[in-house]
Amino acid sequence: MAKINMVQAINLALHEEMKRDPAVLVMGEDVGVDGGVFRVTEGLLDKFGSDRVIDTPLAESGIVGTAIGMAVSGLKPVAEIQFEGFTYMIIDQLAAHASRIRYRSRGLYHCPMVIRAPYGGGVRALEHHSEAVATFFIHIPGLKVVIPSSPYDAKGLLLSSIRDPDPVIFFEPKKLYRAFREEVPDGDYTVPLGVGKRLTQGEDVTVISWGAMVNVCQEAIEKVKEISVELIDLRTLSPLDEKIIMDSVKKTGRCVVVHEEPRTLGLGAEIIARINEKAFLYLEAPVKRVTGYDVPVPLPKLEDYYLPGVEKVADAIKETAGF
Amino acid sequence: MPRQKIMDMSVDWLQILDPEGNVDKSLEPALDTEMLEKFYRTMVLTRLYDEKAVKLQRQGRMLTYGSCLGQEASQIGSAFAMKPQDWFFPAFREHGVQIARGIPMKNLYIYWMGSEDANMGLPDKNFMVAIPVSTQILHAVGAAWAAKSRRQDIASVVYFGDGATSEGDFHEGMNFAGVFKTPTVFICQNNQYAISLPREKQTASKTLAQKALAYGFEGIQVDGNDVLAVYSATKAAVEKAKSGGGPTMIECLTYRLAAHTTSDDPTKYRKKDEEEEWRKKDPIKRFRIYLEKKGIWSQDYEEKLQKEVTAQIEKAVEEAEAYKPEISNMFNYVYAQITPGLKEQMDELSGIIVKKKGN
Repeated sequence: MAKINMVQAINLALHEEMKRDPAVLVMGEDVGVDGGVFRVTEGLLDKFGSDRVIDTPLAESGIVGTAIGMAVSGLKPVAEIQFEGFTYMIIDQLAAHASRIRYRSRGLYHCPMVIRAPYGGGVRALEHHSEAVATFFIHIPGLKVVIPSSPYDAKGLLLSSIRDPDPVIFFEPKKLYRAFREEVPDGDYTVPLGVGKRLTQGEDVTVISWGAMVNVCQEAIEKVKEISVELIDLRTLSPLDEKIIMDSVKKTGRCVVVHEEPRTLGLGAEIIARINEKAFLYLEAPVKRVTGYDVPVPLPKLEDYYLPGVEKVADAIKETAGF
Repeated sequence: MPRQKIMDMSVDWLQILDPEGNVDKSLEPALDTEMLEKFYRTMVLTRLYDEKAVKLQRQGRMLTYGSCLGQEASQIGSAFAMKPQDWFFPAFREHGVQIARGIPMKNLYIYWMGSEDANMGLPDKNFMVAIPVSTQILHAVGAAWAAKSRRQDIASVVYFGDGATSEGDFHEGMNFAGVFKTPTVFICQNNQYAISLPREKQTASKTLAQKALAYGFEGIQVDGNDVLAVYSATKAAVEKAKSGGGPTMIECLTYRLAAHTTSDDPTKYRKKDEEEEWRKKDPIKRFRIYLEKKGIWSQDYEEKLQKEVTAQIEKAVEEAEAYKPEISNMFNYVYAQITPGLKEQMDELSGIIVKKKGN
């Protein structure tokens, strides 16, 4: 078993799944000859040819709309949108079509496709290249939203996403693309969709996060060693693993939600609402949020102020524990 | 020579049957009596289906409905040029194509009376209507791509209106089709109006068909009220697509004789005179003359046909009105497997219904 980073893990998943299932194909801007701007699709064109690794014209709605036609015809497209800042163009095709093909046809047609897109800040990028946009997609019934936080999960979640009979948008935290390596097995394994993961067991405070922020939370927990923290990585944002949240919050009675997406109507708001509905009487403190602000993500000179950092998260855990 | 013409492009116009019912013998397609009768029958059926739908809406028995009055030739001519295995992606006014493709009329009425359950009855390779404008064009290109990559004998035929040609997805779809040479047939129902906006304000292009040229494939403009021209052009395009010749765009020049939908009032944006001019070019009338000359059509023939078709429509309406969807269908088809969250919401709604019934 090799220690590999997230880019390599996703690349490995694509190689293995394309070999396993001839219906799977990869499409997007620069995914073929160039191997993708982050090299996630490197080597696929040589191995599988241009019928299955398609360099498309530069048109995001075109990529996703075409992928829908392929998916209803029995193929399993994995379409790459080069940056999250260009996913606004695909919302129409996803919200108006992909997500409701099963529903509108009452199961006659379905749309097994995956949209992959890098997302998030902290990499000193240009405008429209540092955003956390998952919230838009969580609000689309019929679509699943997945964000891995480690190479192991990235491979297992991507395999589950490709095999899922419904459309999935798979956001890859570009901050973590090459941040660390871990052991990722060759060969088949999956991480189920809709199931979160408890990363640390704790008694005092539940911390809920996903994607690049999981790493930040882990560092923050190191800074508040006196507090026993239970860290949950949701992994799938829609459908939400409500059980893992309630089980933990009922135990700790205290909770902090950490996300990079803007605060208003972010998933944190929904999590707090559900805690109110299902675990209100277990609470010992108000549930706290550490999130991106309700502003456009600033360029790098101010970006660190925007992002939830280790200090902000550590302070929030301390405040909640001491309430 | 520092400056010279490097491109010379042109768009053909095709008409086989003129408004008076005269046929151009050199272009006349070889159709046997059975096929000609099928064309005529389906055009009449479509017109009466459509009239009935408008009436039902006026009586509060249907939702807002977009009539296809006047577009029967564009729809039936193209529909019969497809094979059942060819993909059909409609916009929302393609009632005639749907009927010709064998979608039960009962299901069409159920949909426009307000239930997605209607789509359960779609025969294979018939997609659901697209209410958003032009989005379905990309789906057709994707389905064509899939057929081509699997070496299947399938063309993908997509319908849209003149307004759709201003949308981004139209251009992205045409471009993908051109680049990948997909077996796609783009059928533009140019009915001259996008709600209130006349064709000449939609684009400065002389024709809509010429837009295909920019994407590297053929565009042709046909008389959309001439069922023989539409059939011939579509048949050629479908055959070309299947033999590796790539996509074609067919602009059917027609006219929407009715309002955009039952919620629209066309007197606000166009003159009655204009409508009257187009009534003279009625697609059914000219085809009837053609059939009469061939000895197929007669007054008796018409009366018998009208009677048969009307009975068929009445039966479909009756069945559609009797249809009641399951409430659980609202939740059960969002995902392949209902999620715990949706299950909870479904149970919540059932609880409310049970409580109400109890009271």
